[in-house]
Amino acid sequence: MAKIYYVDHTGETRIVDVENGATVMEGAIRNAIPGIEAECGGACACATCHVYVDEAWREKVGNPTPMEEDMLDFGYDVRPNSRLSCQIKVSDELDGLIVTTPERQA
Amino acid sequence: MQLHGNGRAPQEARRWLDGLWVIPAVRAFPRQRKRARCLKTLPEYPPISEDGEMSETIQTDVLIIGAGPCGLFAVFELGLLDMKVHLVDILDKIGGQCAELYPEKPIYDIPGIPMVTGHGLTESLMEQIKPFNPTFHLNEMVESIEKIGDPLFRVTTDAGQVFEAKVVVISAGGGSFQPKRPPVPGIEAYEGVSVFYAVRKMEHFRDKDLLIVGGGDSALDWTLNLHPIARRVTLLHRRDDFRAAPHSVEQMRALVASGKMDLKIGQVTELHGENGQLAGAMVKGTDNAVTRVDCNTMLPFFGLTMKLGPIANWGVSLENNLIPVETASFETNVPGIFAIGDINTYPGKLKLILSGFHEGALMAQKAHRYVYPDKRLVFQYTTSSSSLQKKLGVN
Repeated sequence: MAKIYYVDHTGETRIVDVENGATVMEGAIRNAIPGIEAECGGACACATCHVYVDEAWREKVGNPTPMEEDMLDFGYDVRPNSRLSCQIKVSDELDGLIVTTPERQA
Repeated sequence: MQLHGNGRAPQEARRWLDGLWVIPAVRAFPRQRKRARCLKTLPEYPPISEDGEMSETIQTDVLIIGAGPCGLFAVFELGLLDMKVHLVDILDKIGGQCAELYPEKPIYDIPGIPMVTGHGLTESLMEQIKPFNPTFHLNEMVESIEKIGDPLFRVTTDAGQVFEAKVVVISAGGGSFQPKRPPVPGIEAYEGVSVFYAVRKMEHFRDKDLLIVGGGDSALDWTLNLHPIARRVTLLHRRDDFRAAPHSVEQMRALVASGKMDLKIGQVTELHGENGQLAGAMVKGTDNAVTRVDCNTMLPFFGLTMKLGPIANWGVSLENNLIPVETASFETNVPGIFAIGDINTYPGKLKLILSGFHEGALMAQKAHRYVYPDKRLVFQYTTSSSSLQKKLGVN
């Protein structure tokens, strides 16, 4: 179990307990967090669960795989700390993770 | 097996079709044209109907809309019951989401097959339905369904092809694949005037200052094909790493090196222009600096997404963009029109390929009553029925 902090583009924060093994995307969808659409259901086949990983967490969360990078090409305002939240698996290590959702999804 | 398409047969289909009757059509730039034909709702230039050749009405027992796994397996179930099938799909290839979204991804929940990729499943289904010789009409989108008999339907595609079918099966998954609108604020105002999502006639881009956006095959192919015609081509991609075929990327880099075109790394943040006529695009680079790229035409290639499309106009009831069906035969509110696979909904529905297979089998039983109203249907097993085995060509 880890507490995940979802910050929307206006700065509003929503905190959710997400079980280990679930993805950051699933944590958002199950708790109706706005700003994450996940059109493809977590197959890394769209770019509608795009988030910015807080700088302090970038190393722990890691970088996108080449396939994820390809999908990020379809994202809006993609930055060096951009990830697709369906590709971030929650673990105790990520307790306290802060992600910000972009102004819009692709 | 016959394959009608407005271009070449896709590689996969070609292999399956070896030795069979394939109807090819010749086009100057098949790959791009094929992709272009997928793009229906967002504007392409000129409108698709302009050279839509009229062909003769095709009579068929069953018309299936959508050549994904459920549509393909329905061919098998219908074929066992002697019903002839034509299939229409908006994509340039057979397999639906299995082919477009996850050809290389493993699927673990097909009964009896511990692991298969989307591509592998499509290939196996094609092998399985081969004895029934279905005809594919690729790159076409069904625009209208009109009830003209009891039941008999006139089905028309955007390419002008008309079918008359006793039964229509909608196995359209998430709807039709259509181009993604890039997330650039206000882009709608330019669409159809100076922003296009597909190219139908290269000539329309002669002497344009062209901004092509994207890093996949469509973006690279059009960059290479249009740069001799356009006044200047700028290719823009968010990173200096491309998804497109390495050979195309090399060719593009050579053109850039010799000064024949420009490559910019960054993302469009804003468009400038008046009355739909583009004058320039603001581009944010990797260093966050924003620069202006002058251009009067933009071609963004941001992949495909699924949209319900014209299904809403076909006279079948819809519930949250899904088609409600009864679960004895998966028939819609219109007798003779069935819906199977991801596109339908009923209490307990699971969007699984295996559910769509089951739905196809039950659908075929009811479809038989419409196609052969005077014939009694005797349920048979492929393991024991010599007549079914004969149809399958194994006896």
